Amino acid sequence: MQIIVDLNRCQAYAQCVFLAPEVFELHGEEALMYLSAVPPEQQEHVRRAVAACPVQAILPGELASIDDR
Amino acid sequence: MTGEPRGGRIVVVGASLAGLRAAEALRAKGFAGELTIVGDEPRPPYDRPPLSKQVLLGRVRAQDVGLPRRRAVAARWRLGVSATGLDPSVKRVLLADGDRLRYDRLLIATGTRARPWPHPEQAALDGVLTLRTVDDAGRLADRLDAGPRRVLVIGAGFTGSEIASACRERGLDVTVVERGPAPLVGALGGKLGALAADAQRAHGVDLRCGVTVSELRGTDGRLTGAELSDGGRIDADVAVVALGAVRNTEWLTGSGLAAGSRGVACDAGCRAFDMYGIVTDDVFVAGDVARFPHPLFEYQMLSLEHWGNAVAQAEVAAHNMVSAGPDRRPHLTVPAFWSSQFGLNIKSVGVPTFSDQVMIAQGSPQEGRLVAVYGYRGRVTAAVSVNRAKWLEHYRHLIESGAPFPPGPGAADGPPAPVPVPSDVPDPAALSHGPTVALTGHLPDRRLAVVHRGGPADQHSHDQEQP
Repeated sequence: MQIIVDLNRCQAYAQCVFLAPEVFELHGEEALMYLSAVPPEQQEHVRRAVAACPVQAILPGELASIDDR
Repeated sequence: MTGEPRGGRIVVVGASLAGLRAAEALRAKGFAGELTIVGDEPRPPYDRPPLSKQVLLGRVRAQDVGLPRRRAVAARWRLGVSATGLDPSVKRVLLADGDRLRYDRLLIATGTRARPWPHPEQAALDGVLTLRTVDDAGRLADRLDAGPRRVLVIGAGFTGSEIASACRERGLDVTVVERGPAPLVGALGGKLGALAADAQRAHGVDLRCGVTVSELRGTDGRLTGAELSDGGRIDADVAVVALGAVRNTEWLTGSGLAAGSRGVACDAGCRAFDMYGIVTDDVFVAGDVARFPHPLFEYQMLSLEHWGNAVAQAEVAAHNMVSAGPDRRPHLTVPAFWSSQFGLNIKSVGVPTFSDQVMIAQGSPQEGRLVAVYGYRGRVTAAVSVNRAKWLEHYRHLIESGAPFPPGPGAADGPPAPVPVPSDVPDPAALSHGPTVALTGHLPDRRLAVVHRGGPADQHSHDQEQP
């Protein structure tokens, strides 16, 4: 699983940081940092974070690759 | 448009964020034809914002910033090969390996590249880097891991400032040399530039403003330091050239499109203009390389180096590529971007450089959190938040609705009597290296003469290929 966060949308509600602290982290007061490549054992946490984000800023998907026909 | 809008051949040149999102949108909107995506890097699309933040801090490996795809795009990928030419009269894209790709509709999403240090022999010194690609970020992260004695950052736009922030967070000594009066002035104006300067110095950056690097010095091919225009000298083993970006339009030379150093001009529906200002039906543009009129900013032509613009414009371009005329949509998104540096989350909506005044509407520099609102001739045109992102939606609405500037009171934590002051935005005629928005409506790059069909032979003219 690969994620991207639309940081134009993100307003630092930090629900993701509570639900998946291994993946999401606040840097300073409200700058979000995250791991784009989600480790397998974190995927369930990240799915919960995706659902919980009040502004729906976390976009999950499979890694874009050249053999996705 | 010729043929069936949901069939035929579409070529997307540019395999980054805008190219990928356009390809996904094309399939989502029912495009069932042949799709080819050309990219000059030998890797699938990836995300750039983490490269100057998470990657430099060592939290994320450079190769792990791939983009998630939202759906299968069923494309033929031509990666590691650049486009070298375009002949719109016969609808062919030329590739560096000699291939020619036929298209019915074309999307140009070739973006930008890092502006290199202007002296090639100095730029070739070991230790002189730029930051734009995954490979760049990997190299720079390795250098920072190795613990250089001092890092020199040339240019204090967003990228340069973020690099300096990462260096300080790692405890590395860093000197930032900025030709303007303060960091970020080209993008945010002088008022917030002063705040950025304070933040850098408070975090231990050796910030030199109003100064340029006149020479990068080296011994045995390795960087040793730099000479400054004020006579100063810096000893450094790493120098990062952060002097903004160059638009990748050279491959369009001779194509007859309105392409130049400011980008490829297009209409609000992402359709490219030719050199006479006539809109094309089958060539579209999206992302950093596009230059388009925006009604909220008096139809100035804008070039935006924004993540959000790449996404939004690619989706509009894709929609219009597979839609008949009356169903086409304009790209009217309010520009927005973010940066994080020195513990500050900086976010912007609107176009701060399209302003004559600015005022602190909420918070204060002393608190380290504020919203600055920008106005132009009595209208709100932009807002920038520092650690106050939740308010931006409110200001976006004011910008979209052309609300008067200064805006009325609306915040509980505003200063008692906010005072507009000049926004000190540099003259766009003398673009600084670091604006993430370029107002490109002024000063045509060159004057064009009309070439009549049947005129002198020109290998690039349309006349050659008439049926």
